[in-house]
Amino acid sequence: MALVELRNVSKIYQVGDEEIRALDDVTLDIENGEFISIIGPSGSGKSTLMHLLGCLDTPTHGTITLDGIQIQNATSMQLAAIRNRKIGFVFQSFNLLPKLNVAQNVEVPMIYAGVSSRERRERVMEALKRVGLENRAKHRPMQLSGGQQQRVAIARALINRPRIIFADEPTGNLDTHTGEAILNLFRELSQQGSTIVLVTHNPEIAAVTPRRIEIRDGKISINIDKRLAGLE
Amino acid sequence: MILWNSILVGFKQIWSYKFRSLLTMLGITLGVSSLIAMSAMVNGMENGMKEGLIASGGLDKVVINDQAVPAWQEHLAEMAPGRTMKDVDALNANGSLLKYVSPQIAISSRYVTRGDNRSRASEITGVTDAALEIDQHKVEFGRWFTEMDNETAAPVCIIGSQIRDDLFGNPDIIGEEIIPLGETVRIGSQLFTIVGMFQHYESEVARTERLAQRALEATLPKGPARAFTNAAPMMMRSNDRSWGPRRGRGGGWAFDRKNSTVYIPLKTALVRFRMAENSLKLDDIDIQVDGFENLEPALQQARNILMITHNGIEDFTFNTQETQSETIEQAIQNTRMSGRLIATIALIVGGIGVMNIMLASISERIREIGLRKAMGATNAAVFIQIIIESLVLATLGGLLGLAASYGVVYVIDSVSTGNAPVIHADAMIVSMIFAMVIGLIAGLYPALKAANLDPIQALRYE
Repeated sequence: MALVELRNVSKIYQVGDEEIRALDDVTLDIENGEFISIIGPSGSGKSTLMHLLGCLDTPTHGTITLDGIQIQNATSMQLAAIRNRKIGFVFQSFNLLPKLNVAQNVEVPMIYAGVSSRERRERVMEALKRVGLENRAKHRPMQLSGGQQQRVAIARALINRPRIIFADEPTGNLDTHTGEAILNLFRELSQQGSTIVLVTHNPEIAAVTPRRIEIRDGKISINIDKRLAGLE
Repeated sequence: MILWNSILVGFKQIWSYKFRSLLTMLGITLGVSSLIAMSAMVNGMENGMKEGLIASGGLDKVVINDQAVPAWQEHLAEMAPGRTMKDVDALNANGSLLKYVSPQIAISSRYVTRGDNRSRASEITGVTDAALEIDQHKVEFGRWFTEMDNETAAPVCIIGSQIRDDLFGNPDIIGEEIIPLGETVRIGSQLFTIVGMFQHYESEVARTERLAQRALEATLPKGPARAFTNAAPMMMRSNDRSWGPRRGRGGGWAFDRKNSTVYIPLKTALVRFRMAENSLKLDDIDIQVDGFENLEPALQQARNILMITHNGIEDFTFNTQETQSETIEQAIQNTRMSGRLIATIALIVGGIGVMNIMLASISERIREIGLRKAMGATNAAVFIQIIIESLVLATLGGLLGLAASYGVVYVIDSVSTGNAPVIHADAMIVSMIFAMVIGLIAGLYPALKAANLDPIQALRYE
């Protein structure tokens, strides 16, 4: 069984009298340990897909199974628990809390998971080491460069050892050089066994991942797996 | 654990917006301190009332007052005799249930002067022997009036200790007790000789305070300030009155009043102050019943006697201490209610301020709330975080209010000459709980609003 299974998933928004099919009958599997990119122009439905995969929203039709759990009928409290323990998010604008220092930012998901403060401290240092920021623990986000802030966000996404990480345009606010370094970090994490989904509109970034899914008008138009094609 | 963390986050949030939080807390602070100060003042009033009742005679004292004739006797109004010595003689002769009957004539002038010094008396009254008993006065120095004083309308008076303090100097300030017997003072335009002085009336608390103060001063060397005081006791007193809980305080107004009494013989008052008016009416008749349990029959008896002397015209009424204490109690109850109302409104306004700032705070943090939800915060966790912030804000404001209430009470105590306000612990606890409840209620709507934010919308919010 795949880590994530989408079966005939649709998401329909009602805007006035008009019905907008943001996702239209999508079926998709993501295997454990995959490094995958979802690409598509704005308005294509890729954000909607990511929200559904990330358990921030539930589908109108169809079923979604994440790590064996059906989420299409989950309550908001169950969704929160799934997001907390099984999913890590990385955002384009980093979304760090400016009043907290680096360690405190990384710590937040563990507080909601009810981890003891001693274990929290250990795991924060471990995660910061993994992204190469162990000597920045007491800094405020504003004292760090963009690339460093994104590393903090990645450390935060990793902290509860999630089954899957979603990165929404993670290099969008970074220069090319720093962006590459962040992508390398993702590749490294992937090699260590993490399941990572990159959401982007940039084909160059999508080219980094072995598998690529292209969304257009709410449907999957292209589903390329380089490994299956024998390219890698 | 999440709770403790929420409290910490709440403190942090308040700390990072110090000025804004302080302004918000100020509303709660004012509410709490006014609630406590109000209750302290009413407590002071209540104490004063109790002391006043004790100082002005027991429950068996009844005052006979004038009253407009009833409607059905309107046509006889001009024949109403008012209270006269005839009533007193009749009551004395036939009122078997009455212990004392005290006729009184009050002098319209309130000032007693001696040279340049002037003292405002609470009453300058012509009395008979009965007043000494009913009003529970004790002549500590000199003598009470003799029959001769009364019959000859002699210009003699007996004064309270406060009058002495004003005219001759306060022993607590000048360091020696002056007994002004035989001295001459002026009442209105006439000269009177002081033949006696009452004891200094004060509450137990005031007495111990004063004695401690005197003991302390006895150990200090006499400085030039003391000489100055000797020269100008009047000036010293006015200074003394303006600030700080000193002499005359703590004892309450009832004792102040009693210490400012001046008595002259009844006939002296009549002959020297009333002859020109050709009126023999009394200003007051106080009676004391022989035992409180006889109050009802005694009043009935007095009424029957007075109905005869007044030719059936009912132009008098009885005022018992009980009705008086009820009136005062009612007044205190009203003061307490209106004070509570005002303080509650202040607290609610403070609560609205808290709600306002919490709403501003969450709309500034919509992205943060979305992020926290994406990271696994449940609606309940977000709700708790916001409500605890509001609670912390209100609690801090309330604690500031507790501290401020001491200041407010000190200021009230200093500027008012009335009863010393008393802060009770239960007033502090009640107002503190009240402030916290207000904080909780104020946080409810913002917290619900934050908890129900859609994480996707919130994350997109710019």
